[in-house]
Amino acid sequence: MTSRPEEVALELDCRAMMCPLPIIELARHAGDIAVGHVLAVVATDVAARHDVPAWCRMRGHEYVGEDVATDGAPRFLVRRAV
Amino acid sequence: MTNAAQGSPTPPPRYLDAASSEPLHPAARETLLAALDQGYGDPRRLHRPGRSARLLLDNARAVVAEGLGVRPDEVTFTASGTDAVHRGLLGLHRARARVGRRIVHTAVEHSAVLHAAAWTGDDHDAAPVDAHGRVLVPELLARADGAAVVAVQAANHEVGTTQPVSEIADRLDGVPLFMDACASAGRTPLPHGWSAAAASAHKWGGPAGVGVLLVRKGVRWSSPFPRDDRVDDRTSGFENVPAALGAAAALQAVVAERASLNARHAALVDRVRASVARIPDTDVVGDPVDRLPHLVTFSFLYVDGEALVHALDRRGFGIASGSACTASTLAPSHVLAAMGALTHGNVRLSLGRNTTEADVDAFLEVLPSTVADLRADVGL
Repeated sequence: MTSRPEEVALELDCRAMMCPLPIIELARHAGDIAVGHVLAVVATDVAARHDVPAWCRMRGHEYVGEDVATDGAPRFLVRRAV
Repeated sequence: MTNAAQGSPTPPPRYLDAASSEPLHPAARETLLAALDQGYGDPRRLHRPGRSARLLLDNARAVVAEGLGVRPDEVTFTASGTDAVHRGLLGLHRARARVGRRIVHTAVEHSAVLHAAAWTGDDHDAAPVDAHGRVLVPELLARADGAAVVAVQAANHEVGTTQPVSEIADRLDGVPLFMDACASAGRTPLPHGWSAAAASAHKWGGPAGVGVLLVRKGVRWSSPFPRDDRVDDRTSGFENVPAALGAAAALQAVVAERASLNARHAALVDRVRASVARIPDTDVVGDPVDRLPHLVTFSFLYVDGEALVHALDRRGFGIASGSACTASTLAPSHVLAAMGALTHGNVRLSLGRNTTEADVDAFLEVLPSTVADLRADVGL
């Protein structure tokens, strides 16, 4: 990912959640952070890798990219744009 | 549903999954039943029942060749569309072993192609697609240099987008092209330029258990599987003569009907696309113009695909889904993923010969509330 780690305002623990639950959690909490801030979704379900960027495209937010949580679980970063 | 609560009988299901399997065409039923009595013999034997079976098989081959626009000696009947895919792709691959071993395919090929490529143990390389699911031609050509074979489907089975097969074939420098035409054969004419191709009879209204392998005259093809001493050395096992003849009869009828049927289907799909796009947070995917006439795919944010399939089934609609929770693998559709489309809450609707305007209207009537109910269940 990027060389400079993103400042994450809120991290959602969606480990062990099956699709589409991580995306539902993302939608529920997208309003909890300020516009321009980054929200992180930690999800082990394989669909999240495709559906977080798709959600961003459909809802007008910015998909920042993927990194890993402290335990190595995939983490998907979203910047609230609207 | 409400019908059960009111004690009235459940209405007959409205089948909107013709792309998974089209009901048997009436022309195929008639021919198949007659052939069951006449085509039982071993077509390799010289006695009268054997000669009769051989005649029917040759007749089926000639009719299929005419329907697909190829030569009869380019047609081989196989045990299924999947079998035809395996033999087509792997036979070209094997014949090129001395030149190269790498297989190049689009990222949105049917799993039959992907599994066959993996089975070789050789390198295989997927070319990316655009947001409509159409392969990026320069990306594919860049990978094709020195490859054994390139696999490009005629049209995508999940989203309906057609692929630029002929354009690619014209630009491949001596590398043979395998074309999986299972989703389109019979419904639309085959593109040109392929070296081998595969089709599946139950997708055009023939019986299941009949695949068609096409190998162009003069193309180098070697059987990837143990040989058999049957009528046609590109396949193995005892020929299913009645089913092949039924498949041929269905193809002949479908080709004769397709101009009007395709126009009707394309108009209905346009209506579905426009109507579904009005449901909030919906991803309508696949090329809106250059596509199969009978198939349309869309995904709803926050909706569980399996729950949606069951909810629509309870309301009397049979539809398919590419979402992970509906797949045996529990993996999301590699087609939707490659396109960057939403993989959950996915529905693939496909129209058949018997689908009516009323079926589609009834579906569009219940869909918004079905989606809204499922979203309300999760508080969205």
